[in-house]
Amino acid sequence: MNKESFLEILKEHPFTKDLSPEHQAKLAELAHETRFEREQIIFHESDASQFFYLILKGKVALEVMAPGRALRIQTLTDGEEFSWSSLLPSTRKFFQARALTSVRALVFDAAQLRASCDQDCSFGYAFISRLLAVVAGRLQATRLRLLDMYGVQERTTHEGDD
Amino acid sequence: MKATTNAHCSTPPQALNSAALADPMMPSVARVVQVEKETHDTFTLSLAAHNGGTLPSFAPGQFSMLYAFGVGELPISISGDPEDSGKLVYTVRSVGQATHALVTRKPGDPVCLRGPFGTGWPMTEARGKDVLVVAGGIGLAPLRPAIYHILRHRGDYGRLMILYGARSPRDMLYRKQLSAWAYLPDTQILTTVDYGGLSWRGYVGVVTTLFRYVRLQPDRTVALICGPEIMMRYVVRELELRGMSSSETYLSMERNMKCGVGLCGHCQLGPHFICKDGPVFPLSRLQRWIGKYEL
Repeated sequence: MNKESFLEILKEHPFTKDLSPEHQAKLAELAHETRFEREQIIFHESDASQFFYLILKGKVALEVMAPGRALRIQTLTDGEEFSWSSLLPSTRKFFQARALTSVRALVFDAAQLRASCDQDCSFGYAFISRLLAVVAGRLQATRLRLLDMYGVQERTTHEGDD
Repeated sequence: MKATTNAHCSTPPQALNSAALADPMMPSVARVVQVEKETHDTFTLSLAAHNGGTLPSFAPGQFSMLYAFGVGELPISISGDPEDSGKLVYTVRSVGQATHALVTRKPGDPVCLRGPFGTGWPMTEARGKDVLVVAGGIGLAPLRPAIYHILRHRGDYGRLMILYGARSPRDMLYRKQLSAWAYLPDTQILTTVDYGGLSWRGYVGVVTTLFRYVRLQPDRTVALICGPEIMMRYVVRELELRGMSSSETYLSMERNMKCGVGLCGHCQLGPHFICKDGPVFPLSRLQRWIGKYEL
């Protein structure tokens, strides 16, 4: 795929479709296509956070490994993004990412993205604003899960009042 | 008796047995015919009439007061097929003494019941429209009769979309049924869990994240929601963002229901008695009251 193809994709992807044409073009210059096979580990916990991904097709799971316990904590699919922490300098992964299906994605070198944000504040603001919306959504979802809504302490329609 | 009528539902008015018609506080005896384990703590009880009597009919969304002898009485939504007149089906989560007493009943054991009580899902109003069902945890149980009704009268409704969130895969109700329904035409089933093991291939995340996979046409959709109240509030917010009308969004509410007929006042929410005026309400009637502390 060439840069023109990436630009067309970015015009449609939910994360980038509302960016200005100039900012979409700037991102297209930084984009590369990547593919992962089913069950392939995209990155491991503690890996350096180097890349940012936009999922074009497929399903990715974020997982956490603990002694005797492995948990799948989030799934992401077409039109979503992952590895937002790569936009922070010098971070390492807290989770493992696994392709649950074959996955096609656009990948961006995080150092280049950060440099572009530094050099062009207008682009940086637009990009980080979208990233903030993603992070806010994930934070809200995490807070909801912290409530353990479906746990036994909740009285739902059937639990009665004993 | 208000509890025996249902303005929303196409199902005929209740044909309560004579004892219930005479006095809604008078329980009648039924017998357990089947106890089915749904999850590690949740069971589905099927009750049949005792000694050749008849069971009352019900509308999807209604509940009964079930009495475990010597332990206590509980409001339990009916989770079976409203057109299967031979039995009443309840899905009960064991969280305390009375629910434990119910789920440990054996076939042949007696259980007392009153009702059915309350309003049902708006099955008549939903005719000709798409139906979006959003359930969380055991909240799928009171929605199942509405799903049965739609599947029995498939031509009367548009697309059926079911979004179901549970704590983990082992907490999901009716998994085989959900899998089977997913193959039906014009039916979309999306399930998600708060967390899963590595063998779980489905979605992981809160139920509201499933909205991105649904093609919602707000002007021709009726939404039916049941689950923990905080989940329902977030679902309502998502529906509002997508242009759903508050008069086409219905919630099944839970409060401390005791008498079942709006006399004791235990289940009051603002000006409403959940047992008599609900448990199913259009959002437009609840907006002032949900989310208020200590209501």
